[in-house]
Amino acid sequence: MVQTASREARGPLTQAFFDRIAAVAEGEKLKACIQCGICSGSCPLGFAMQYPPRRLIASLRAGVMEQVLQSNTPWLCVACYTCTARCPSAVGITDMLFPAMREALLMQGVGVPGELQTALENTFRHGNPLGEPPSKRADWIQEVDVPVTDLSADPREVDILWLVECYPAYHVRAKETVKALARTLHALGADFGVLGQEERCVGDSQRLVGENGLFEMLVEENGKTLDRFQFRQIIVTDPHAYNALKNEYPKYGVNYPVQHYTQYLASRLEELRPMLGELNHTITFHDPCYLGRRNGEYEAPRQLIQAIPGVTFVEMERNRENGLCCGGGGGGMWLDSFAYEYAKERLSEKRVREAARTGADVMAVCCPNDLLRFEDAVKVVGLEGKLVVKDIIELIDEARKG
Amino acid sequence: MLDIVVPIKQVPDLVEELEIDPSGTALGLERTRFVVNELDDHALEQALLLKEKHQAQVSVIALDVGDVEETLFMALAKGVDQAIKISGDFGPAPDNHTTARVLKDVLGGLSHNLILTGVQAIDDLDGQLGILLSSYLDLPYVGLVSGVQIDEGGSKATVLKELPGGVKAELELPLPAVLGIQAAEQPPRYVPVSRVRQAMRTATIEERSAAAEGNGHIRVRRISKPQVGAGAELLEGSSEDIAEQIVGILADRGILR
Amino acid sequence: MSQDVFVLVEHLKGQLTDGTFELLGIGREVAPQAGGRLVALLLGRDVRGLAEQLGAADVVLYVEDERLGDSVPEAYRRVLAGLLQEQSPKLTLLPTSSLGMDLAGALSVELNLPMIAFCKQLAVQDGSIVATCELYGGRAVVEAEIPEGPGLALVLPGACPADKGRSEGAPAVEEVKPSVDLAEVRVRFKGLIEPPPGDVDITRQEILVSVGRGVQREENLPIVQELADALGAALSSSRPVVDQQWLPPTRQVGKSGMTVKPRLYLAVGISGAPEHVEGMRDSDLIVAINSDARAPIFNVAHYGAVADLFEVVPKLAEAVKNRGA
Ligand SMILES: Cc1cc2nc3c(=O)[nH]c(=O)nc-3n(C[C@H](O)[C@H](O)[C@H](O)COP(=O)(O)OP(=O)(O)OC[C@H]3O[C@@H](n4cnc5c(N)ncnc54)[C@H](O)[C@@H]3O)c2cc1C
Ligand code: SF4
Ligand code: SF4
Repeated sequence: MVQTASREARGPLTQAFFDRIAAVAEGEKLKACIQCGICSGSCPLGFAMQYPPRRLIASLRAGVMEQVLQSNTPWLCVACYTCTARCPSAVGITDMLFPAMREALLMQGVGVPGELQTALENTFRHGNPLGEPPSKRADWIQEVDVPVTDLSADPREVDILWLVECYPAYHVRAKETVKALARTLHALGADFGVLGQEERCVGDSQRLVGENGLFEMLVEENGKTLDRFQFRQIIVTDPHAYNALKNEYPKYGVNYPVQHYTQYLASRLEELRPMLGELNHTITFHDPCYLGRRNGEYEAPRQLIQAIPGVTFVEMERNRENGLCCGGGGGGMWLDSFAYEYAKERLSEKRVREAARTGADVMAVCCPNDLLRFEDAVKVVGLEGKLVVKDIIELIDEARKG
Repeated sequence: MLDIVVPIKQVPDLVEELEIDPSGTALGLERTRFVVNELDDHALEQALLLKEKHQAQVSVIALDVGDVEETLFMALAKGVDQAIKISGDFGPAPDNHTTARVLKDVLGGLSHNLILTGVQAIDDLDGQLGILLSSYLDLPYVGLVSGVQIDEGGSKATVLKELPGGVKAELELPLPAVLGIQAAEQPPRYVPVSRVRQAMRTATIEERSAAAEGNGHIRVRRISKPQVGAGAELLEGSSEDIAEQIVGILADRGILR
Repeated sequence: MSQDVFVLVEHLKGQLTDGTFELLGIGREVAPQAGGRLVALLLGRDVRGLAEQLGAADVVLYVEDERLGDSVPEAYRRVLAGLLQEQSPKLTLLPTSSLGMDLAGALSVELNLPMIAFCKQLAVQDGSIVATCELYGGRAVVEAEIPEGPGLALVLPGACPADKGRSEGAPAVEEVKPSVDLAEVRVRFKGLIEPPPGDVDITRQEILVSVGRGVQREENLPIVQELADALGAALSSSRPVVDQQWLPPTRQVGKSGMTVKPRLYLAVGISGAPEHVEGMRDSDLIVAINSDARAPIFNVAHYGAVADLFEVVPKLAEAVKNRGA
């Protein structure tokens, strides 16, 4: 998959890469690197990279990037944000360096893994990386027993516009979380609606994977769509969407107040609390990178879990800003085989073992990637029957009924 | 100079449900989205690979049906030299005999010594486009091709044709010729959206018009969607019973040797 | 125009293909409807001997020529064009195969004969040729007609059980000398290339037996391999089987593996996770064996057996072998 290195120092790939770096505002910051190596030491996949971040930056500063670009490194980053969060010089490894390398590769059509290509083509064509029909995006509404306003069919002003996002809207397992959230919002008397067929992928992972043109196209389209509806705020099911709407969309003038669903529910905890019955579980919680490390929200999910009577809450050894990524970010969901080829173990598999070591019987999550990857990993490492993966909203929904 | 022409066809995107026209004899095209025929995309990729190897000139041509502009711009973004859209009175869903005649008309005014098409498409009711075109042009044809080499002088092609059981036949034919591509030598390349948008801003699609006469002379009586049961039909009984039933199903469908 | 139905006989390495018998099976039904004979066209280098196996036909016309020996459809096309011109049958059936697909369209143009492709069923009704076709990847069934005929049909594999075209009859066997000059054939045969030994390309297989985590251990793989061998199939798998290195990554079906569309996908001990289904849902026929009745694979399968694979798979392998014997 990875091409053999060429001897040329500045081939077209390298040129495309440096052009990209020069074009972004933070490009200059690369010069601030003090080569301390904290990034490489922190990177959960650094061991598998032919050029872990520090070495990568050293090559870059020496102006010899061709070999780096043709190594396995560009596609191994899962955008977990650990390096960026820890770097003393605030070098934009996750948001700038890796996407720029990937963009150069995509532009030159060199070594783009097929699974990734499919996800990008699907997003371009159908507005979701799964390749599901756009017309079926709101079909889950038929499967839930509370009314949900589909604003594409019934446009009206709502308090909350809920962006469901792709995996939750289509994936059989992730759909369960959507239904649970619909029921809970309904129980709280929230005035909410979804965009139905008009919703398209928010696109944060496409951005991090280097398909900036696709991301910009999605921003434009989503910006226009959002403009046509009236609402007070947005809530999202997926932390990646939260990140994009909070930090990236405003750069393009698309600016709306947004909360992750856990933040919204935490803000209404006093109304929610009396509805919750007892659940007898020992629960640990996995911080999603794009709610926690990238955006500093550690409390809302914990408050929700701890609000459930009967629950014993335990932390994993690595938690909050030190939490280990599930491996699905930054396009990791679409690079599964590629990453496995070099790493031989998925981060999700490591992480469920860490969860099991706490003695918890439930691993709570609040990101669709986490749900899918950990549930899969539980099977792979043989923890079935010992550890169950649940989204926080599923626990809340159960507790509400219990 | 090697001049490669890739005729590409639009077909309904199967990601969405097909709709049937109220007449019951055609697809309902109003809400249908179109995509490039998957194997035409392979033909295009093969053309681009030959372009890189032989500095060939590549043109894509397509009839103005479906969402053809998007497809043509994508081809331009991938690096073809020329994109041509053909208008004419062939209606929204011309059959392949008609399409081949229209293409013949346009190819008359276009230098070509190699024509690459996808070997088939999902809507080929009246036969496959490439072979029909080769016959109207009286050019040699080989289909199910998964490898193409052009000799130094550009006068002949050596191709690999797929036969059953993974065997391939190596065949040689003089140019000009038409090839029906089953698979390009590498998967069709990805074209970043920024490239496509740039092509939309800066590149132009040439327009030609052509006459359409005659057609495939077949009449569609009815189009319907196959009944799909919700889920599998379950086979019951002892292991032997189940095995026998499966064998029966496979035999009925000609799957057993 | 005569009322005869012609069938092109296809053979590989001296063996008649199943497709040939399928076409004969269809021809047997259609010829009486047309009110004519069923005529088998046998072309090749040294093929007279194969005529004995064509008992389903009323007449076998054979053409022998050195240049018909290799896989060059253009040579076939020239001979067939001459033959069909002279004999002018009502309907000619060709297989949707590497050979048939390189003939039908050309004959249609050269002889000005309407043709229908993707045929699953054929009939002659009130003198018209009527075909039921599977188009749009099987998402639509099209009933099409060639009013009055004559015409050509490209028939899909599996349109008729091959057994219907195998019978003992003793057709009249006649040699025909082609009135065309095969020296004019522009396509030249250079050689056959056998598939490289080593790994199979699962995207090109007609039959896949696919194993999942239900096989439990590597030592159990031979049970499934035996079934695959009996069916002439390749083994593919879900991701866990590849993760365990029981099969190479090239055998993985799904989102992060290969997308396959075989004629038969036999899923054994695979639950049918969406990531897996993404890679196989467009297979022509999906049969699943899984011990859990709630396994989502049964939502995409056409046929399913809720059963222990260790019981059913060996029985199935046996049944397939017995049938071949
Ligand atoms: C990002 C990502 C990408 C992925 N990509 C892929 C991919 O490309 N391909 C892929 O396959 N998966 C992929 N997966 C994994 C996927 O989610 C599933 O975990 C996987 O497909 C499950 O494989 P399985 O069906 O073999 O195993 P399981 O889900 O464990 O199913 C085993 C089945 O065997 C049955 N069984 C057990 N014993 C018997 C018996 N004796 N007889 C009959 N049946 C029995 C069980 O009932 C069960 O249904 C991916 C996951 C993620 C998160
Ligand atoms: S952590 Fe920051 S400063 Fe240290 S090597 Fe990495 S990029 Fe450079
Ligand atoms: S973002 Fe995470 S995976 Fe990517 S380089 Fe930094 S630490 Fe490694």
